[in-house]
Amino acid sequence: MTSLLAAASSTSFDVPGNVAFAVLAVLMVVAAIRVVTTRNVVHAALWLVVVLGGNAVVYLILQAEFVALTQLLVYIGAIIVLFLFGIMLTRAPLGRSEDLDNNQRWIGAVVGVLLLLVIGYSVTQSWGSDRLDFAAYDLPQVSDVAGTAVEVGGSGNGRTQALANEIFGDYLIPFEVVSVLLTGALIGAIVLARRD
Amino acid sequence: MLLNQFLLLAAVLFSVGVYGVIVRRNGVLVLMSVELILNAVNINLIAFSTFWGLGGQVFALFVIAVAAAEVGVGLAIVLLIYRNRRSVDIDQLDELKG
Repeated sequence: MTSLLAAASSTSFDVPGNVAFAVLAVLMVVAAIRVVTTRNVVHAALWLVVVLGGNAVVYLILQAEFVALTQLLVYIGAIIVLFLFGIMLTRAPLGRSEDLDNNQRWIGAVVGVLLLLVIGYSVTQSWGSDRLDFAAYDLPQVSDVAGTAVEVGGSGNGRTQALANEIFGDYLIPFEVVSVLLTGALIGAIVLARRD
Repeated sequence: MLLNQFLLLAAVLFSVGVYGVIVRRNGVLVLMSVELILNAVNINLIAFSTFWGLGGQVFALFVIAVAAAEVGVGLAIVLLIYRNRRSVDIDQLDELKG
């Protein structure tokens, strides 16, 4: 904790970025708590939109533009709609309902707080003063038609290109396995939900 | 910016998600809490990818794809439970209890 404070008071501390992060973090935590405590099923899905959108902004802060856009497309475009369909098809009560929680609230709260303490202590011990070096990115070089190296950083898509090189290079076989998994899940969902 | 602030945010979201999985009775709400947990893990992966290398972003994309598959199959199962029992209360699904 002292290392955190020391790092926070050093001169190279990025004030606007950290204020933005703090506002975003508070918003996300409040929205997440509303997801698990609200008495209205539809409100839970809508609060989940805030958390998932905040996640996308965190990815943008961390310079992961492609993952941020994928997050927006997949989660807010598809998964939230799936959740709303699920709420509609199971005829969940659309207004307030008092029986959404079981009687294990205290156990849940104790488990959550203990887990937070353990994870928080261990990450603070392990990564207490490590800084993220945002300038350290190497932009990839590509060759143009004549064979001379061209810096592609000017167009701003260098990192996405590097990510594509990773996916279709080192991680090609896991990528194909994931596509097979998606096909299997799609067929499985159709088989399960079909009316006979 | 510190690496730790992202890890602590992810830890808070993860704990809130675990609380939701334990406490909620409605099957759809349990799936939403699982999404919270997966997103907390994704924040960790992206933060470490900024710290070390691009592999974390690749794994975050894999997690997003697997989460999409999980929600599809999970909601199909919840729909099937609703069709058979006219309720999605997962506390009533105790037929395996001796």
